[in-house]
Amino acid sequence: MDLTFSDSELAFRDELRTWLAEHPPPPEPTEGGDEAGFAWRRDWQRTLSEAGWVAPAWPAEYGGRGATLTESAIYFEEFGRARVPLPANVLGILLGGPTLMVWGTPEQKERYLPPILTGEEIWCQGFSEPGAGSDLASLQTKAVKDGDEWVVTGQKVWTSAAQWSKWCMLVTRTDGDAPKHKGLTYFLLDMEQPGVTVRPLKQITGEAEFNELFLEEARIPDANVVGGVGNGWKVALTTLMNERAGLGFALQVRLRQYLDDLFAAADERGLLEDAAYADKLADLHTRCEAIRLLAWKGLTDVEKYGQPGPEGSLVKWLWSDTNQQATQLAADIVGPEALTYGNAWSYELLRARGNTIEGGTTEILKNIVAERVLGLPRQKTAA
Amino acid sequence: MDFGLTDDQKDIQRAARDMLAERASAERVREHAERKETDRELWAELGEIGWPGIAIGEAHGGQGLGAVELAILSEELGRTIAPVPFLPTVAAAAIIEQGGSDEQKTRWLPELAAGRAIGAVATLDHEGGSGLVVGGADADVVVLVDRWHQAGSVLATADATVEPIDAIDPTRPAARIHGGNPEALPGDVSGGVDRALVATAAELVGVCSGSVEMTVAYVKERKQFGTPVGAFQAVSHRCAQMLLDTERARALTSQAAWSADAAPDRLHEAAAMAKAAASDAGREVTASAIQAHGGIGFTWEADVHWRYKRAQIDAVLLGGAGAHRARIARLAAVHAREAVTA
Repeated sequence: MDLTFSDSELAFRDELRTWLAEHPPPPEPTEGGDEAGFAWRRDWQRTLSEAGWVAPAWPAEYGGRGATLTESAIYFEEFGRARVPLPANVLGILLGGPTLMVWGTPEQKERYLPPILTGEEIWCQGFSEPGAGSDLASLQTKAVKDGDEWVVTGQKVWTSAAQWSKWCMLVTRTDGDAPKHKGLTYFLLDMEQPGVTVRPLKQITGEAEFNELFLEEARIPDANVVGGVGNGWKVALTTLMNERAGLGFALQVRLRQYLDDLFAAADERGLLEDAAYADKLADLHTRCEAIRLLAWKGLTDVEKYGQPGPEGSLVKWLWSDTNQQATQLAADIVGPEALTYGNAWSYELLRARGNTIEGGTTEILKNIVAERVLGLPRQKTAA
Repeated sequence: MDFGLTDDQKDIQRAARDMLAERASAERVREHAERKETDRELWAELGEIGWPGIAIGEAHGGQGLGAVELAILSEELGRTIAPVPFLPTVAAAAIIEQGGSDEQKTRWLPELAAGRAIGAVATLDHEGGSGLVVGGADADVVVLVDRWHQAGSVLATADATVEPIDAIDPTRPAARIHGGNPEALPGDVSGGVDRALVATAAELVGVCSGSVEMTVAYVKERKQFGTPVGAFQAVSHRCAQMLLDTERARALTSQAAWSADAAPDRLHEAAAMAKAAASDAGREVTASAIQAHGGIGFTWEADVHWRYKRAQIDAVLLGGAGAHRARIARLAAVHAREAVTA
C-alpha cells in the first residue's frame, strides 16, 4: 500500500498545475446567454489543444500524451482544483474518440479524430429515448437501409450539446425481429441536415443543458456505421464504460470545494460551534474522503492489478447521494437566502437532483451491485 | 498510488483467514459466547505465533510490523467474532508503546506481545471511574485514557478490584476496575489511541464484511413467494447498501492504517474518519443483517446477533462516531479556511 503519487505522476501534476495557473481562461461571459458561454468553452478548448492539454489520455499517435489512467485522473482532479471548465467537446474527447479508437475503421479514425481535439467539430450522444432510459436496449429509433444510405426516424432525449454539435453518436434499431440487444447499430449522424431538429429541454434549474432530438428521415451514409451492423450494443457499452471513468475525479474535487465553501459559510455564521451542524459537516467531509479513496482504489486496482473491484459502481452512488445531502445542508446553513434564483447554492440544490438519475440511476446501480458484485439472483422481470 | 497488499501481507491475511475458519468457527464462537468465556486455547495459540505482538517493536518482543498488518489481523478476527481479547490487548500495547516510560514498556510490552498478559483500554467516565472495560475481566493490565485522548495511565489489575460485568457482547468478558495504583503515561497518549482506533475500525470492517457474506448467502437460499428473497429489490438493495457502508469504512480504515506507518502527520484525522465511518457501518450493517434474516435473525439460535453485539460495543469503544466527527469538524474547518483563503 502506498497512497502517494510516483515521481513521474507528481511531475505530470505539477506541469499541468503550473500550466493552468499561467494560462487561466478569461472570465466566463456574463452576457450573451448559452451561445456566448459555449463559445467561451470552445475558445478554452482551442487554447488547451494548442498546448497539448486537451486529451492527455489519447495515445500520442492520435494527438494525446498517452497518459496513464492515474495521470488521466490527476488531469481531472487538477481541472476541478483550478476551477476551470472542461473543454467544450468533452463528449467527443471522453466518449466519441475512445469509442472510434476501439471500433472505428482506419478511414473513420483519420477523418473524425483530429477535429474532436481542436473543437472544430462538437459531438453529442444520442442514446436515451423517451421510452428507453434505464432499459436502454429497448430503444425504438429506427434506421432502414436505402441504397448506400440509412434513413433514420425516431426521437432521442437528454442530448447535451446537441445544438452545437456536428456529429451525434447514434444508436438505432436496424433489425426489429432480432432480440433487443442484437438488432442495434451504432452510427455517426451528421447533425447539419434537414431531417434533424433539436429542441432545448428546460430542466428544473430553469436552464437547458440538454435537448430533445427529433429525427425525421435523417440520412446517414453506410460509411458511418461504427463497429458493424447489428453490433451497436457492444459499441454503445464501450462508450458507456468511458462515461464513468474520468469524470468522477473532477466531480469528487468539486464536491470537496463545495464542502470547503460550506464550512466557510458555517464558520462566518458561527455555526461550527453548533454541534448539529458540525456533526453533519464532518459526516459529509468523511464521505467525500471515502469517495476520493474509493475512486482512486477502483482506478489503481485496474491499473496495477488488472482487476476492477466493486468500487466502480459504488463511487457514483455515494457521490450523488453525498452531493445531494451537501446541497441540502447548505440551505440550512445559509438560510432562505440560499433559495433564491441566481446564486450558486440554489443552483446546486436543484441541479443535484439530477445526480442520482443521470449516467445510471441509483436504483440501477444498486441492482448492478446486488447482481454483479454480490451475486444475488436477478430481479424477476416481466417476460 | 496503490491500495494493494504486499505478498507478505497477503500471506498473513490468507493464513489468518484459513486458521480462523477452523479455529473460530461459528460453533466454537457460540460455545464460548454461551459460557461468556474467552477461548483460552485459541488465545494461547495466537500468542505462540506472535499475533498480539505483530505491531509491537522487536526491541520489546514484538514482530515489528506495522499498522497495516495489525489491521489485517483485526479484520480477520472481526470477521469471525473470535472470542479472544486481541483488540483490547493490541490497543493497550499501542498506547503503552507510544506513551509509556521505558520502564512501563519493558514491564508490559513483551508480556502483551506474547499473549502471556491480556490488556484492555478504558475511557475514564465522567466521575473518573474506569467505566465498562471491554475484556477487563481477563485483563492483567488496563490503560485508562481521558475522553480527549490526551492523558492516560496504566494499571496492573493484580493490585485492583475487578468487578465482572455482563456486557451484551459476551465474547470478551467485561468488567469495572476499582482502586489499584494507576501510573501516569509520560509520553504521547493521543498517537497510541489513534493506532488503537485504527485497529478497532479494522475489526468493525471485518464484522461488517462477515455480516455481508453471511446475509448474502442467506437471502440466496431463503425462499418466499416461490423465489429466493434476495431477488426482491427491497432485500437486494439493502444488501447493496451493506456493501457500500462496508467498503466506505474499509477505504478510510486502509488510509488510516497506511498513515500510521507512512504518514503519521495524517494519522490523527484519518483515524477519526475511519472510526466514525466504521462505527456507523458496524451498527447499520449488522442491523441490516438481522433484518434481512427476518424472524430467524431475531432468535438467539441464529448467530447473527453476536455480530450485532460486537459491533455495538466496538462502535462506542474509544469514542462513538459523534465524538470523532466533532474532532473531524475542528480539523476540517482549519483545512477549509486554508483552502478558501488560498
